[in-house]
Amino acid sequence: MAMLYSQKVMDHFANPRNVGEIPDADAVGEVGNAVCGDIMKMYLKIDKETETITDVKFKTFGCGAAIATSSMATELIKGKTIKEALQLTNKAVIEALDGLPPAKIHCSVLAEEAVKAAIADYYRKQGREIDFDLGCGGDCEHCGH
Amino acid sequence: MSEKTARFVYADNAATTPVSPEVLEAMLPFLKEKYGNPSSLYSVAREAASAVEDARAKIAGLLGAKPNEIYFTASGSEADNWAIKGAARANMAKGRHIVTSKIEHHAVLHTCEALEKEGFEVTYLPVDSEGIVDPDEFRKALRPDTVLAAIMYANNEIGTIQPIKELAAIAHERKIPFFTDAVQAVGHIPVNVAELGVDMLALSGHKINAPKGIGALYIKAGTRIKNLIDGGGQERGRRAGTENVPYIVGLARALEIAFARIPELERVRALRDRLIDGILSTIPYSRLNGSREKRLPGNVNVAFEFIEGESLVLLLDSVGICASTGSACSTASLEPSHVLLAIGLPHEKAHGSLRLSLSHGNTDEDVDYILEKLPPLVERLRAMSPLYEEFMRGEKIFKV
Repeated sequence: MAMLYSQKVMDHFANPRNVGEIPDADAVGEVGNAVCGDIMKMYLKIDKETETITDVKFKTFGCGAAIATSSMATELIKGKTIKEALQLTNKAVIEALDGLPPAKIHCSVLAEEAVKAAIADYYRKQGREIDFDLGCGGDCEHCGH
Repeated sequence: MSEKTARFVYADNAATTPVSPEVLEAMLPFLKEKYGNPSSLYSVAREAASAVEDARAKIAGLLGAKPNEIYFTASGSEADNWAIKGAARANMAKGRHIVTSKIEHHAVLHTCEALEKEGFEVTYLPVDSEGIVDPDEFRKALRPDTVLAAIMYANNEIGTIQPIKELAAIAHERKIPFFTDAVQAVGHIPVNVAELGVDMLALSGHKINAPKGIGALYIKAGTRIKNLIDGGGQERGRRAGTENVPYIVGLARALEIAFARIPELERVRALRDRLIDGILSTIPYSRLNGSREKRLPGNVNVAFEFIEGESLVLLLDSVGICASTGSACSTASLEPSHVLLAIGLPHEKAHGSLRLSLSHGNTDEDVDYILEKLPPLVERLRAMSPLYEEFMRGEKIFKV
């Protein structure tokens, strides 16, 4: 089974951007499941007035693609507004990484869902209604991967 | 990564091995001027035919078999397929039940699954937490309608060695033929078919410094078995296809060398033990998968908590170390290694497993290098892991 990671994927895997935690984060989202072998956790710092993501950090348990997609996702949402970040799709992540092997597409889906989970957490803390689809609930029956 | 410290360490010999110079040398004449088809009547063909029969006799001698009990195949997988499908189908009048184990190689497991679709019933025996089949469980699984037992001699992932002699004897109490996939055992532990008492045995060239694309099946005289590949009558009418003369010659030479070097495996075993001890003592939250004692001399398989195996293998590759993992991410399916699950590892630990398999080609410097490079890489992945972060904070307790 040949698995070819693009140079961009290998770069984001070997030199992931924004790894870490934010102790006083405004939002934390965690998706995935140790049983299925992929867990992504995202921390956001959000400017309340402009609703801009001023800082983002992540941690991931998973393969090369999992680490690369979460790293790229944080790069793509840093400095964006929440509204813009909610529009991030896994396709955009894949494109930014110059492609992923078919067997690894689901990692990019999880990255998109990690962003949404973090924003959902922010909404919850604000008492706002979550008006977007979350995807991964973190339990395996849901996982269509 | 400084150029000075970079080394190439091949620690994935269970996956495949390089062709040794002696084997290549033995093969070359048959890739060059001695290209005859062994079935033809003229001298260049007769030469090829002799080479094949000499190889067969050599291999038979090494294994404790007769030459007419050795058949050449294109791979270990083909030998596995032939033994199981051939013996099962030949004995269908007697019954439709097969006994095997949960930790067999996919070439055995998927073959059994294919037979299930043909109406056979298969019992997949569990193993204990050490990865060993229990002879009493084996005996209990045998039925009047059991037509074949198939238990591997040594496991490719965790290196555990099964009590084949005892299991074969139990099968023979009930007159049930016993097949063993010895692909990982041959050349690593003594293998003598007369001693083991097996009816069939599979081996593969590329695990013992012969090229990929050659294997062999030992079939004890009198064993009922149907052909898998029909055609031109080669291999005593049992396995068609023009004989792969150069690779057959290479296989025999490789086996000859492997058997002669078995005493030298003491050195490999010492390397393995130093590697296991070094890893377990320097990397916290790690454990050895499979029995420490009943284990191939070169096999190391360790589970590292809180990290995932494919990313560890990629990081090891970046420092020149070749290894493999039982993680789901590294297989086509999203299931982690069936072997690791069978010994009772929870999914997340199976995902975090690393296999290092040493051979004659490895040195003390290789082990030193692995012990130097591995711990910081595990640390690096743990520093990125939400599971490690939460564990250290005491936030979540690991549940299966």
